[in-house]
Amino acid sequence: MTAPITLSARNLTRRHGRREIIRGISLQLRRGEVLGLLGHNGAGKSTTMQLLTGTLIPDSGQIEICGFDLARQPARAKACIGYLPETPPLYRDMRVDDYLTFAAKLHGVARSAIPAALTQAKQRCGLQDAGRKIIGTLSKGYQQRVGIAQAIIHNPDVIILDEPTVGLDPTQIRDIRALIRELGNAHSVLLSTHLLGEVENICDRVEIMQHGQLIYGDTSIRMQRFGHQSGFVVTLLAAPALDELRALSGVESAEALSATRFKILHDANSNTPAALLAVAAERGWQAQQLTPLQGNLEDAFVQLTQNEAA
Amino acid sequence: MILTIAHKEFRSLFAMPSTWLLLGALQFVLAWFFFARLDAFLQVQTQLAQLANAPGATQSVAAPLVSTVALILMMLVPVFTMRLIAEERRNQTLVMLMASPVCSWQIVLGKFLGLLLFLLLIIASCMLMLLVLALGTPLDLGLLFSNALGLLLLAAAYTALGLYFSALTTQPIVAAVSTLAMLFGLWLADMGAADSDMLLRAITPTSHFQSFNEGLLRSTDIIYFALFISIFLLLATRRLHNNRIYG
Repeated sequence: MTAPITLSARNLTRRHGRREIIRGISLQLRRGEVLGLLGHNGAGKSTTMQLLTGTLIPDSGQIEICGFDLARQPARAKACIGYLPETPPLYRDMRVDDYLTFAAKLHGVARSAIPAALTQAKQRCGLQDAGRKIIGTLSKGYQQRVGIAQAIIHNPDVIILDEPTVGLDPTQIRDIRALIRELGNAHSVLLSTHLLGEVENICDRVEIMQHGQLIYGDTSIRMQRFGHQSGFVVTLLAAPALDELRALSGVESAEALSATRFKILHDANSNTPAALLAVAAERGWQAQQLTPLQGNLEDAFVQLTQNEAA
Repeated sequence: MILTIAHKEFRSLFAMPSTWLLLGALQFVLAWFFFARLDAFLQVQTQLAQLANAPGATQSVAAPLVSTVALILMMLVPVFTMRLIAEERRNQTLVMLMASPVCSWQIVLGKFLGLLLFLLLIIASCMLMLLVLALGTPLDLGLLFSNALGLLLLAAAYTALGLYFSALTTQPIVAAVSTLAMLFGLWLADMGAADSDMLLRAITPTSHFQSFNEGLLRSTDIIYFALFISIFLLLATRRLHNNRIYG
């Protein structure tokens, strides 16, 4: 069973003068999905998010949120969105509670439901003790949390977060990622970032953006394998000559990382690690450690964006 | 939605110490003017009493005080209107309003009403001060009412103008200076206009306020203020909408 589509955008374009900064972007987001939007600085991630939240109007294209057309029924469509812009939109002289209450009212939460919504949002973002504090006096990490709380207080179906973990310390990043993952189970989350680790950890799907276009989209696991070469790193205490390693079956290249560590790439079909270990035992190379190379998103990303640029 | 924004705007004014300071200083200045006027009136009162159809306390104390307040409003309103949109834009909080299910006109109207409520407080405090006169002398309540209404309409007109200028820029100071320049220009035009210059008289808010100050409730003046306010609120809405188009 597939979950219902909560956000769909078709052929969005946006010009800035004569220059097209967004070119024909189409996106779909389902309930319970976390989509990562990945790209260099200036690739158009933030602009795309502004288009999707109605703070910018596209020159052409259509956006539907929970079945409401953003251009025709903006009020109903926007009530289903929670948005955290790049800079959290905080009124520095307000108290956290007052600010979140204001955000809830602004998004049409019924007066009677506000206290519950406030408690839930604060609890989810770890702000229980910060309610009476003035936002301007909070640290950057806490301000970011207030920004996220503001985006989720009305329990929106679609949550759009523009670089939510920028400027946070590692523990906070871990907390926020866990929160996003939790939100992603019941809502749809669209997340932009240029941290690849973030995408690897929390996103179900990835779209890579460059020069205002989506150039590649896939599930994040499949993408990690994109262009991946099988290989391993092995430590041999009694190191042989490189040529001996190259002579093993299936080896495509071997290089020395240090006197005793070697990186060996092999073709996917042959079982080179086993062959190496057998030879090593036979010739007394004293094999100590063998670590398979993991495909990672970083390589895939670099490869994809370079392909496109070339 | 409109009221939510108005309420937030109203409350945020009182979060700033400068607001309290201004309110206090204003009250002091008004009281000082009031006593000076009252003193002058008491000195000439015996001579006035010999005239037929002599001006009463309302006409010689209240009306001049109210026209002083009108002048002070001209300098005061830009200080408050400058922050309305320009500061939100500068602090990037405007995005929150733009992304929420609220139309541009609701944002504009909310901010307008929020500030107007605050100015109403100033006007009310001034009127209360004048009502104290009732302890010693009968008051012309009709004249007082038309003055209060005139002051409110004038404040609303200035607020609408200031709101528009605030919507134009990112810098609150630029908004304040241009609003003040505009209001000052309109005031000078009214001061300098010859009695026969009907066009200048027709477009300046102060000349329309004049008739309220004299106790005249003329529909043309009320229509003028209604038009003035709605034109600038519409322009501000338009500007805010253009934000979504031009970024």
